[in-house]
Amino acid sequence: MDWGFIFERSFSAMIGPEVVVYAIAAVGLNVHFGYTGLMNFGQVGFMAAGAYGVGVTVYWLEWNFWIGILFSFVYVAVLALLLGLPTLRLRADYLSLVTIAASETIRLLARSRVMKPYTGGVEGVNQFAGPFYDLSPFELGKFYSFGPFKYLGRDVWVLVVGWTLLILITLMVRQLMRSPWGRTLRAIREDEDAARALGKNAYFFKMQSLLLGGMIGGVAGVIQVIQKASVQADTFNPVITFTIWTILIVGGPGRIWSPIVGSSIYWTLIVFIENTLRQLPPGVRSTLEDTVQLSDFNIAMLRFILVGLGLLLLARFRPQGIFGSREEMALDRR
Amino acid sequence: MTDGPIITATGVVKTFGGLRAVDVDKLEIRRNKITALIGPNGAGKTTFFNLLTGFDQVDAGEITLDGQNITGTPPHRLAAKGMVRTFQLTKALAKLSTLENMKLGALHQRGEKFWQALIPGLWTRQERDIEARAEAILQRFNLTHMRDEFAGTMSGGQRKLLEMARALMTDPRVVMLDEPMAGVNPALAQSLLELIKMLPAEGRTVIFVEHNMDVVQEISDWVVVMAEGRIIAQGTPAEIKSNKAVVDAYLGAHHGEDLSKVELA
Ligand SMILES: Nc1ncnc2c1ncn2[C@@H]1O[C@H](COP(=O)(O)OP(=O)(O)OP(=O)(O)O)[C@@H](O)[C@H]1O
Ligand SMILES: [Mg+2]
Repeated sequence: MDWGFIFERSFSAMIGPEVVVYAIAAVGLNVHFGYTGLMNFGQVGFMAAGAYGVGVTVYWLEWNFWIGILFSFVYVAVLALLLGLPTLRLRADYLSLVTIAASETIRLLARSRVMKPYTGGVEGVNQFAGPFYDLSPFELGKFYSFGPFKYLGRDVWVLVVGWTLLILITLMVRQLMRSPWGRTLRAIREDEDAARALGKNAYFFKMQSLLLGGMIGGVAGVIQVIQKASVQADTFNPVITFTIWTILIVGGPGRIWSPIVGSSIYWTLIVFIENTLRQLPPGVRSTLEDTVQLSDFNIAMLRFILVGLGLLLLARFRPQGIFGSREEMALDRR
Repeated sequence: MTDGPIITATGVVKTFGGLRAVDVDKLEIRRNKITALIGPNGAGKTTFFNLLTGFDQVDAGEITLDGQNITGTPPHRLAAKGMVRTFQLTKALAKLSTLENMKLGALHQRGEKFWQALIPGLWTRQERDIEARAEAILQRFNLTHMRDEFAGTMSGGQRKLLEMARALMTDPRVVMLDEPMAGVNPALAQSLLELIKMLPAEGRTVIFVEHNMDVVQEISDWVVVMAEGRIIAQGTPAEIKSNKAVVDAYLGAHHGEDLSKVELA
């Protein structure tokens, strides 16, 4: 087994583009769920709206890439309003139903034949991110190494921009949550009626939270499609939403650094497990092939199963997540 | 308007299915007085509170606050107009500290506006003032030692105290307390009574629901009796104590129960 290679991959995954994209999306979900108690089961829908915001503008309208980025915010905001206006006055479960349905609707619409002129259909939109990479100070096709980390120049550029955004967004959310605005969100999370009795327009605050977290999800979507250099409907499937939930819960909801650390742990594990499985000594490998029908194909599955096992252990031994406090968790049961 | 009733309810009806939970022809609440709302379980007291505070919508009728029609006004607007309530089932915000619970109560906070929240310089001074006020009220309610604890760690009685203290942070003109004494130990209950008694002098009207008749006798200026959604009697505590209809309403509601449990003397 080439442990050097496994570790190089794992280290690079630790702060890689996936970590950034998923951490940003999880910051948005943290605003929703961690701080406001909103059950958003369609965070991938906001990512898709952001992604197609750029994609559609560039592909169909043939407008400038940067204008597309601005437009992506508009799309996401419209989506948040559409989802929030009818549901946020209702019981909490309605939002979860509507968000998961909306995220699937967006994906299916985007890949449908009817929408092909606008979204590129199943093929999606490709080769639109040129203007972003034109600004790169790194040589796009060259490998760069920093200690144990090794990336292509184009990814280094994505990482520089992505991490900067991630840190800025995190600090902004931290500032917000330390303010009376954030206090009101947390109060609404604990008991909406108590907040209303004290003069807070809970509906309005929940709408603001949905918008903010959705926009942050949109940013994640934009970074993702820039990194992949394509907008593909099927990359925005519900599994993404649940991965984001996993990341948030691993870190601990309602904690400011949870999304980053959760995302980093998640992706490091996935890459570590995958590469280890691929590099098993031939004896072990053939045993596994015979007993559990291990193949290159189902290694991809197996790594999720193993991560799921890890999650079970986490739920058993540290249900509050990495940053959560057990005392706080215990309050739920009083 | 400085005299006259602060709240009026006229023809207020609320039904749940076939049940007329509230059916109040006319009720006037006197300004800067303590009014007790009593009645057997299920009489409609909490529902009536919900209607007055905008947590529930009337089927018919009109409610005014200081002469202004407030029927259908949502709770947060009413709070801004100076009307605040507490809940029969206490609503401490468990994962906020006691101090945070208190500070939440302050109205018109600049830092509650999204864009201003981003710039602490715009609200830290106001926040300090709010904090000072919160600490003063916590002191009055003997909760200073809980200041930095999660409200979720409080006992049931402490939560009742916190909820009332937090309500006062809105600087209300009308304080509506749904069973503020329930579950509070007798020693604490006595100090809570003293605190309630002080409110009219600060220019606050108090309406409270209570089952303990000793408490009602001790602090209220006026007693309103509800049964099966209707107001069956009202008067001074002494009048109510000797009112046969009231005694019957309680006895009727407690028919077949151990009479020593009936709290009306
Ligand atoms: N949301 C609701 N749906 C259906 N029925 C309700 C609802 N809320 C209250 N009721 C009914 O209305 C009646 C009045 O209830 P309410 O809670 O107002 O009584 P209460 O006087 O506060 O009683 P208690 O002293 O036990 O608190 C009861 O019969 C109750 O079952
Ligand atoms: Mg009640």
